Amino acid sequence: MPKVTIDGHSIEVPEGTTILQAARMIGGNIVPPVMCYYSTLKTSGGYCRTCIVKVSKGSDKDPRPIPKPVASCRTAVMDGMEVQNITSPELLKARAGVVEFLLINHPLDCPICDQAGECYLQDLSYEHGLAKTRFEFQRRTFTKIDIGDKIKLHMTRCILCYRCVKVADQLTPQRVHGVLFRGGVSEISTYIQKAVDNDFSGNMIDVCPVGALTDRTFRFKSRVWNVNPVDAHRDCSKCKGKVALWLKGEEVYRVTGRRDAYDEVIDWICNECRFDKKKTSDWVIEGPSNISRHSVISQNHYTLKEPRHKPLLNAVKVVPDQNLINEKK
Amino acid sequence: MGKKILLENDHVPGIRGYDVYRSKGGYASVEKALKSMTPEAVTEEVKKSGLRGRGGAGFPTGMKWGFLAKPPGVARYLICNADESEPGTFKDRYLMERIPHLLIEGMITSSYALGVKTSYIYIRGEYFYIARILEEAIDEAYKAGWLGTNILGTGYDLDLYVHVGAGAYICGEETALLESLEGKRGNPRIKPPFPAVEGLYGCPTVVNNVETIAAVVSIINQGGAAYAAIGIGKSTGTKLISASGHINKPGVYEIELGVPVEEFIYSDEYCGGIRNGKKLKAVVAGGSSVPILPAGLILKTAAGEPRLMTYESLADGGFATGTMLGSGGFIVMDETTSIVKNLWNFTRFYQHESCGQCSPCREGTLWMEKVLRRIVGGQGALRDIDLLWDVQSNIEGKTICPFGDAAAWPVASAIRHFRKEFEEYVTHPEKISDVKHYYSVNNLPVA
Repeated sequence: MPKVTIDGHSIEVPEGTTILQAARMIGGNIVPPVMCYYSTLKTSGGYCRTCIVKVSKGSDKDPRPIPKPVASCRTAVMDGMEVQNITSPELLKARAGVVEFLLINHPLDCPICDQAGECYLQDLSYEHGLAKTRFEFQRRTFTKIDIGDKIKLHMTRCILCYRCVKVADQLTPQRVHGVLFRGGVSEISTYIQKAVDNDFSGNMIDVCPVGALTDRTFRFKSRVWNVNPVDAHRDCSKCKGKVALWLKGEEVYRVTGRRDAYDEVIDWICNECRFDKKKTSDWVIEGPSNISRHSVISQNHYTLKEPRHKPLLNAVKVVPDQNLINEKK
Repeated sequence: MGKKILLENDHVPGIRGYDVYRSKGGYASVEKALKSMTPEAVTEEVKKSGLRGRGGAGFPTGMKWGFLAKPPGVARYLICNADESEPGTFKDRYLMERIPHLLIEGMITSSYALGVKTSYIYIRGEYFYIARILEEAIDEAYKAGWLGTNILGTGYDLDLYVHVGAGAYICGEETALLESLEGKRGNPRIKPPFPAVEGLYGCPTVVNNVETIAAVVSIINQGGAAYAAIGIGKSTGTKLISASGHINKPGVYEIELGVPVEEFIYSDEYCGGIRNGKKLKAVVAGGSSVPILPAGLILKTAAGEPRLMTYESLADGGFATGTMLGSGGFIVMDETTSIVKNLWNFTRFYQHESCGQCSPCREGTLWMEKVLRRIVGGQGALRDIDLLWDVQSNIEGKTICPFGDAAAWPVASAIRHFRKEFEEYVTHPEKISDVKHYYSVNNLPVA
């Protein structure tokens, strides 16, 4: 079994494991961020270049370093390979450059974007991005289109990760959307706005790392951190039926696939489970979903018995201004 | 006069047709290889010749052939990369237009060496008329028995097809070419696996440039050692150079590798000097993507030695003071040229041709073009020059295919060698129309 060392942590992994997978086995903050790799999609990854790492030693056999940074999601480990991620300042600078590229044409409309709170790009830009942009030109914009009655495509936010293309290739009988044009003007679209209509099209929403593909039945209904995810299941003839229900009180706001620690869907779900079963009585509820406590989604869900700092407002009695109340009436 | 191998007979009337080509000794290499040599012996001969890929990277061809995986029962493919789209390069076009049979002969011999039963010539969409010339030549070769089943009674079968691309520069990258040939969107694949292991339709594949394949003909006819005797050091044989720009005699020249750059520019045998008696300002030595060099550095290396037309000599000094032989697109610029405007033109090309697959190239080329357009329009600021430098360094080496590097190098080298001119552009936008002004500002040592 090849042994690989990532930022000083060694691990033995099976033959054919990629650097990214090895890093995920080690875990912690040495795991490179990803925008386009998806563990359950074959041949995904390699496009966004955020997961680049520096290979300071190729292998025991050939100890030369690889001169260019490599995409960790598509590079298999070799025995004795040494990889630098967060320990290499020049690599972090290079990654910050990639993040800057991803952001120059992004609208940064997080306050009105449904993906906010579960957006990979939002996390990435918090971690690596620059506070100011150096891009002083008009950003690329597109008009929003409905691809089918369930999915909204807002191409302006897209970072061209190709995940939704791979979903359509690998889960559905025929792909009817793809990348049109090339270079800076390339866009995800359907051929002459044809509807994407098949039993598994909803998974495109789940894999989209940004707010480019959103659920039309959930858009503008709630912020993701104001709904509680719970694991639930039902007998489904098309998929495993293992889902996460996003509840506010008893009401089901949306249904998604269950996600792993890296926010990637474990089992694909069908459109019937996703869009048609919106009552709690349709489901057997198992319990709260496992959400990282660092995620914004877990906010408001855990309450401290005693507030750590006593809020200043509690000390002062707030008397409502009668005039204002009267004015409203 | 330098020795000519590829273009020895290009002036012969009717050489495009089969009969004249055959009467000039054509298809002798196929006869020799198929009848008296084993495939391994042909590969060995190519290795001995020291032939290096003529498409730009300069990788030893024999070694590339040696890497080809040969699992039993799996088809192998040879593909000729005729998607010549690099600005400043037009040598393959000349070769295919004048002597199409030379390429076909080379394809047969090379296919035999690699044990290939099906070969393709992938030609760029804009060369549709050359595709027609090649189709006619292939028909003639089929009729004369050089292609098809049981060639020369040796039991060797080969089919050769011409595939016309749709006119995308990126399809000259070998894996994008394979995708395009398979009928998909021309996006480069992520390597590894390399085409030698998993190429066209998942089978082992070799992709070679037109000129490389054509050179195989003479290597088999004359022997690898005779070919290796031409040239200097590891740069063996002859090379076609497409000379363009402000010279008296633009055109395609076959040179023996090792000709001094000064001789190539100024001698009457080749470029014939700078047009209208002007002074030389800069040269892009190997097609638009290689670093531009000012007159002082292209004629002599940083160490003061004369620079020669070889892979090694042009690369002398790394990217700080050197460049690359590339595909041989030799663009000469005289003192009236504006490097900034020229760079904007190059960057516009790369911005337009980026496939949009990986983010640094997609966004970076677009950004550089916008910044350069602003500078050329007289709206630039000094910080834009540093911004350009940052953006190009963020692209270089971080993309899936070499396109990102190709887009970044011209920007890097132009700023490295002509920074003053960029500064002039942003500080004195009113003088932009006066091109000579920039030459005096640069104060270049001119030959």
